[in-house]
Amino acid sequence: MNTTEMLQPPPAMTSRLDGELMEVSMGPQHPSTHGVFRMNVALDGEMVVKLKPVFGYLHRNHEKIGENTSYLGSMPYTDRLDYFCSMTNNWAYALSVEKLAGIEVPERAEYLRVILAELTRLQNHASLLGFLLSDMGAWGTPLMYAFREREKILDLFESLSGSRMMCDYMRFGGCRVDAGPDWMERAKKIVDLFPKFLDEFEKLILSNEIVIMRTQEVGKLSAELAINAGMTGPMLRACGVNYDIRKVDGYGFYPRFKFRVPLGEHGDCYDRLMMRALEMHESVGILKQAMEQIPAGPVMNPKVKIRAFRPPVGEAYGRIEGPKGELGFYLISDGGTNPYRYRVRPPSFINLTVLEDLCLGHTVADVMVILGSVDIVLGEVDR
Amino acid sequence: MTMESLEQIKTRVEAAVPGAKIDIIPNPGPAQQSSLLIDNEHAAAVAKFLRDDSALRLDFCSNATGVDWLDRTVKKTVKVKKIVDGEEKEIDETTEEFFPGYLEAVYHLYSMTHKHGPVIIRMRTADRAENARLPSLTPVYRSAEFQEREIFDLYGVRFDGHPDLRRILMWDEFVDYPMRKDYREPDDYEYEPTPHDDVLEKAKMHYSARPQLDGAENITAQS
Amino acid sequence: MIGTGILKGMAVTARNFVGSYFEKDRLITVQYPEERSPLPENYRNFPFLIYDTDDPEAGLRCVACKICEKECPPQCIYIIKSEDKKPDYMGKPQFYAAVFDIDISVCMSCQICVEVCPFEAIKMDKVFELSKRERFDALLQRKNELAKSNEYYHSIHPIEAAEVDAKLAEAAAAAAKKKAAAAAATAAGSTSAPGTVPVAPAPPTTP
Repeated sequence: MNTTEMLQPPPAMTSRLDGELMEVSMGPQHPSTHGVFRMNVALDGEMVVKLKPVFGYLHRNHEKIGENTSYLGSMPYTDRLDYFCSMTNNWAYALSVEKLAGIEVPERAEYLRVILAELTRLQNHASLLGFLLSDMGAWGTPLMYAFREREKILDLFESLSGSRMMCDYMRFGGCRVDAGPDWMERAKKIVDLFPKFLDEFEKLILSNEIVIMRTQEVGKLSAELAINAGMTGPMLRACGVNYDIRKVDGYGFYPRFKFRVPLGEHGDCYDRLMMRALEMHESVGILKQAMEQIPAGPVMNPKVKIRAFRPPVGEAYGRIEGPKGELGFYLISDGGTNPYRYRVRPPSFINLTVLEDLCLGHTVADVMVILGSVDIVLGEVDR
Repeated sequence: MTMESLEQIKTRVEAAVPGAKIDIIPNPGPAQQSSLLIDNEHAAAVAKFLRDDSALRLDFCSNATGVDWLDRTVKKTVKVKKIVDGEEKEIDETTEEFFPGYLEAVYHLYSMTHKHGPVIIRMRTADRAENARLPSLTPVYRSAEFQEREIFDLYGVRFDGHPDLRRILMWDEFVDYPMRKDYREPDDYEYEPTPHDDVLEKAKMHYSARPQLDGAENITAQS
Repeated sequence: MIGTGILKGMAVTARNFVGSYFEKDRLITVQYPEERSPLPENYRNFPFLIYDTDDPEAGLRCVACKICEKECPPQCIYIIKSEDKKPDYMGKPQFYAAVFDIDISVCMSCQICVEVCPFEAIKMDKVFELSKRERFDALLQRKNELAKSNEYYHSIHPIEAAEVDAKLAEAAAAAAKKKAAAAAATAAGSTSAPGTVPVAPAPPTTP
């Protein structure tokens, strides 16, 4: 048997013994549902014929909490949305409030934000690849390698913001503390060494025959459906749709950096996996440019009040390209200290819209791989 | 590529969808993101036009969300000239204008083809009670599927034409709509060592009812 | 050839396994609690109250203005303001906190209380081993447990503490100057004063 023969999809199951469907509840305490996520699956043999995701096990009504706290008070809560990427969550929220109140951000702060967002992307994608491998049965090893690299980035976050995961670092009109020269040196070293890890990691997984068989032609998504169903991030670009908010909106000085947007072709799990690997290479490129260009200067806009911050009446929708997709915040201000409406547009929640379409016709074991390739974090899905 | 202005979009939509009524809701804030209020009857047709029109191609519905606007009365004081006892006097007359509350669904549309946006469309329900119904845009934008379910779950807007309108974040047996502004939490109380304003009130209530509650004797009312 | 990808992967794991004995980069874990990795300067965990002088009760900088209580997002701070005024460490009569409690189980270490405090009275501690045996009152940190000296603050956040001290010294110097100017003005008005009022020397800017 040669490789091409092995890579063919399995023959469709045509005959059934007695035609009865079995309903299985996968989750919420399933080890590979990335949290407390449940899927009600109807199975024909081992084939999925129906799949309904069930949400809400981690629901805490984040939006209501946001409406009952001051604008600044919501900032630490955004860390807890997608707890892997608190820096990008902070940025999306800060960006929306800055739009709402018309606040300028100093140049150095914007550069710092880009650096931190790209570091977040590196650690998110690295650990996602580890988790995905773990879902396929490669227990431990790839995930630990990914976590080892993630740890170095988290140490950077800790020494800058004071916390590894709940950074609470950005503020309206800038960043809370400045990064000193030692921090920048350390970050540079870590970024310089990152491609070495990436090459090794790719050698470990991307040409592995088992990974290829488990992911290629599994969970295919068409570009039309992806656009209509509001997919964003690597999910969308794996289908070949060139839409990266860093390029489209050009927020936060991204137009100043040279980087390419990797695009997939088939929209299957393997392409989604590759998207993350390729995006990490581009992120390293952005980081190197940003660390070279970063100017000296203040990191906070001095005009912004910390206490009793009241944006003018109006509304704003701000969005950024988070590691998981478009993360947006929709805010309505009635002129008070609390937002009248505080809405999070969670990328992992909306990316689950097509989960059923992806899983139909695949086996139970594939469902885990497909779910892993969507990249969800339940803190954000359930809010 | 720059997008047409909202006025241009409005005229083109009204020409393309006969009978459609569109208002522009201005946004006074610095974000300048004004929105289009579309009428419920033609909403699906308008959304379809926005999605398929070759110049707009708003094929990506990024965000769909609900907003709750309570009933409000606006007091206006106007100086009126009136003849009192045969004499003309200037009197302050206070008029109260009542605006009934409504629920709103807001959609943020972008174009992946032309890479422009957002165009924000809104729909309003007739009231906040049994007529809180809106047409579903899920047949036009699949991405609204879960988000409309979320609006139904948290705001209680029923979407006609939605394929699978169930609660999504709360459990099925839950009765109220928690994101509404007049939502009241059920009276469940857990002892807290540092009770603040509302919690303190609650604590006192439960304290008298259940004095055996562990640690509750330490709760003291403070101004 | 099928299987080469797997073999390549095995080579990577072998290199990592052997490398973990020699390269610091490949083995970054430490054996807590015997070994501990050092905490960075900016590390934050739980707030504490600063006092100057030697008296943890009278030296507290907190004047019970309740801003932190109001701004705290999870509402974990609980303050009862005093009825009377007591002289603070500068000798100025001020309100003080009769009760100042923070609930460890509610606090989310966000540092907003530190940012909003206008008196530099509350700062973040680095203690992270805070587990307790009970669920409720044991998790409540009272005023006497929260009060820690300025020297302690210097020992955990040296750079930040130096900045804060410099800022406070500057403010004190400005206040003293203003007071002296006011006194000089009244002295000049009464004409009979023979000398000028001595200006209080500014406190040193470094600790």
